[in-house]
Amino acid sequence: MIVSAIASVTSRQMLRSVIYLLFVLIGVAGIYFLIDYNFLAAVQLTVYAGGIIVLVIFSVLLVHHIEMELEMAKLSKKLLTGLVCLIGLGVFLSVIYSTNFTVVENSKTTDVSDIGMGLLSYEAGGFILPFEVISILLLAAMIGAIIIGKGDKLTKNDDTL
Amino acid sequence: MIAGISIYEIFTLTSILFFIGIYGFITRKNLISILISLELILNASAINFVVINKYLYPDVLQGVFFSIFIIAVAAAETALAVAIIINLYRQISSVEVKDTEIMKY
Repeated sequence: MIVSAIASVTSRQMLRSVIYLLFVLIGVAGIYFLIDYNFLAAVQLTVYAGGIIVLVIFSVLLVHHIEMELEMAKLSKKLLTGLVCLIGLGVFLSVIYSTNFTVVENSKTTDVSDIGMGLLSYEAGGFILPFEVISILLLAAMIGAIIIGKGDKLTKNDDTL
Repeated sequence: MIAGISIYEIFTLTSILFFIGIYGFITRKNLISILISLELILNASAINFVVINKYLYPDVLQGVFFSIFIIAVAAAETALAVAIIINLYRQISSVEVKDTEIMKY
């Protein structure tokens, strides 16, 4: 998974890097399966591996020629960024390993119905309001995408009318 | 929880994933590549939510909800970004749009 992630940010060909990203996302879904959140893994597979990857591949095919190789950043900039990222990673890992987590031993399986009840409950700890807000956000994003995608033609039509 | 895998190892994995995403975000010069790196970063944080929920507080489901919201927001953001990229490409199609610097025009 990490190898695929590194390949997806360093591959010179656009389409290959998208396919490496697909492998990373499937690996993430595998982690969700391993810790028994089956619903989340299914959502990850359908939304990311099914939806987002197809969208990105679509835009790659529309915008680029497949054979085209990308311009890469300068070597000094790459080295500097890698160094900064390694320093940040070191800070993260030192903080993580110096913290003592109280891990609760359990082997619970979560049903889809639990997730649904939690999402739609009105009581304290329920998530009905963010659920509705996220649905409005999705609707707005879709409408916005359509408007942006064909905004040019729409304004032209208005001019002719 | 996964038998035999401690929480530290998963945190190490997600941190590495996060910083690979940041590295790609800074070094790539292509809009779609930047979008891909962004997906890596969002995924690393979503794994962290789920793993903390499962290992430390297994009785509640808050982490799962937050990671569902993260996935939904990422889907919306990707759709918008792809629309913007395609529109940008259509408007300046005489120029080969490869660099983010061209967005200044």
